[in-house]
Amino acid sequence: MSGHSTYRPQSKFMQWLEKRLPIGGLVHSSFVAYPTPRNLNYWWTFGGILAFMLAVQIVTGIVLAMHYTPQADMAFNSVESIMRDVNYGWLIRYVHANGASMFFLAAYIHLFRGMYYGSYKEPREVLWILGVILLLLMIATGFMGYVLVWGQMSFWAATVITNLFSAIPGVGSTIVTWLWGGYAVGNPTLNRFFSLHYLLPFVIAGVVVLHIWALHVVGQNNPAGIEPKSDRDTVPFTPYATIKDTFMIVVFCIVFAWFVFYIPNYLLHPDNYIPANPAQTPPEIVPEWYYLPFYAILRSIPNKLLGVCALFASIVILAFLPWLDTSPVRSARYRPLYRQFFWLFVATAIGLGYLGSRPPEGVYVVISRILTVYYFAFFLIILPLLGIFEKTRPLPNSIADSVLGKA
Amino acid sequence: MTTVSSAEPTRRDFLYIATGAVGAIGAAATLVPLLAQMNPDASTVAAGAPVDIDLAPIAEGQIVKVFWRSKPIFIFHRTKKEIDEAKNVDVNSLPDPESDAERTKPGHEQWLVVIGICTHLGCIPLAHQGEYGGWFCPCHGSQYDTAGRIRKGPAPRNLALPPYTFLSDTKIRIGEESAKTA
Ligand code: HEM
Ligand code: FES
Repeated sequence: MSGHSTYRPQSKFMQWLEKRLPIGGLVHSSFVAYPTPRNLNYWWTFGGILAFMLAVQIVTGIVLAMHYTPQADMAFNSVESIMRDVNYGWLIRYVHANGASMFFLAAYIHLFRGMYYGSYKEPREVLWILGVILLLLMIATGFMGYVLVWGQMSFWAATVITNLFSAIPGVGSTIVTWLWGGYAVGNPTLNRFFSLHYLLPFVIAGVVVLHIWALHVVGQNNPAGIEPKSDRDTVPFTPYATIKDTFMIVVFCIVFAWFVFYIPNYLLHPDNYIPANPAQTPPEIVPEWYYLPFYAILRSIPNKLLGVCALFASIVILAFLPWLDTSPVRSARYRPLYRQFFWLFVATAIGLGYLGSRPPEGVYVVISRILTVYYFAFFLIILPLLGIFEKTRPLPNSIADSVLGKA
Repeated sequence: MTTVSSAEPTRRDFLYIATGAVGAIGAAATLVPLLAQMNPDASTVAAGAPVDIDLAPIAEGQIVKVFWRSKPIFIFHRTKKEIDEAKNVDVNSLPDPESDAERTKPGHEQWLVVIGICTHLGCIPLAHQGEYGGWFCPCHGSQYDTAGRIRKGPAPRNLALPPYTFLSDTKIRIGEESAKTA
């Protein structure tokens, strides 16, 4: 891509600074002059939404940490005092708690967008893998944050999730004791989770920088899935992408605000308003909604070690997508069969999410098993074969042609 | 600077290797405290000393829950029927084959003492529930019999046995294993 910086500092100060630290030029070339494909649709605004949500979580999180006490006897009450005593504490906590959900919602849309339009394909493999790493970091961060509340769900989620590592043959229980810092989940566990919950969002921010760097090296994919060839195919980032992203952030915030102000506890589990009790497991343990599909996969397999392997594999397999999909055509627009399997995959992921929230008995188990098989078959069988057998539709000559109607 | 590539090792090669080796050992040595600090600290270990439990108040058929090292311990005063149920099972048909005798102390077979942590992912199973008269785990449906053995569900192993000793017929010490002839 061209992306030459045409930046000419106006003020004397910026000219002076530019000679010493060319940050104005960097910002200009990355977020002003940067050429973006002219056919991007609204699904491309979720990257901006994600950056915004990370900032929301960091700001509200740092404020929460000013009032929160990471000590097993006091943690739960400190969250309650944030809710009742701290000025606007209820708002800050509800924004942070629902913000995590909105963050995952945006991440999953962003990820499915990438799958639909083949954004993981050559030359964007590294960009894609950095995205999978971001997802893993988010999963870890969200989990540790949830534990900080130290309610019943926090405590038992911490117990069940850390026990996943006990499935490792031989050293499993040694590792789990090491993670806990005790003979069970307890105060040392809470302390270290707080430390890491504070740290990881900044690690996420660092990986986001790499993600955007990689993006700006290879350029954005687009709904047609073909590379821009001339200036006719692109428009400058500012004002076109800037206003579109900002518009969608505002729309997203309306949905977000609706959750925060009208149904703030809809996505939270009532049992997490009961203080942690190490002597009593709640009658049912359900993770946050954004982990449910993976949880359903874990439970659909009757063997402990294999279940844990399938759980991790279901996320890690995403990193191999660039090599599992053998088709040279990126966008599902021109892949009639892939498109159908893709939507079936989306339905499977949502279905697994629903099943993860049901008790693990009877017909639920049977359906979870079927969906788990499809989940993995999609990656391991369907995608490699489609590249060979699918008859794709002809690609447009250029991005400009695809939007101006000359296909 | 000239780059001389000779087959002969030079003094610089020696310095590279020696520096690298010392650096690697140093880095490995720093890992030890960084990793070890995560393990249970001295106060946690000290609080894990053995505990004595009086069995006299536990009625026949009753299961009580006590804590040792932050772990729930189930003490089950089994009825004759429950003992028989545990004994009349073909051991080889079990997922984790263990006889009832291996799971109790000789002469005290009415007492079953197990760690009350599901061997699947660590929930506390519910007593007197499930199809086998022992425990049912609400988390993912594992079922244990009256000897605490896994019978059904995703848990791979029987409920673990803590180390314990009979101090008298009505008193046990959890955390200390008896000599075989208790
Ligand atoms: C990637 C960004 C982040 C995510 C996804 C995230 C997620 C979460 C979640 C799910 C909770 C539990 C909310 C509840 O049920 O009440 C939580 C709690 C908490 N988080 Fe974060 N968090 C993030 C960043 C941060 C940062 C940067 C801090 C700064 C220290 C922080 C501090 C806290 C504190 C103190 C709590 C406990 C109080 C509470 O539950 O409201 N978080 N977080
Ligand atoms: S923790 Fe008991 S069945 Fe999973």
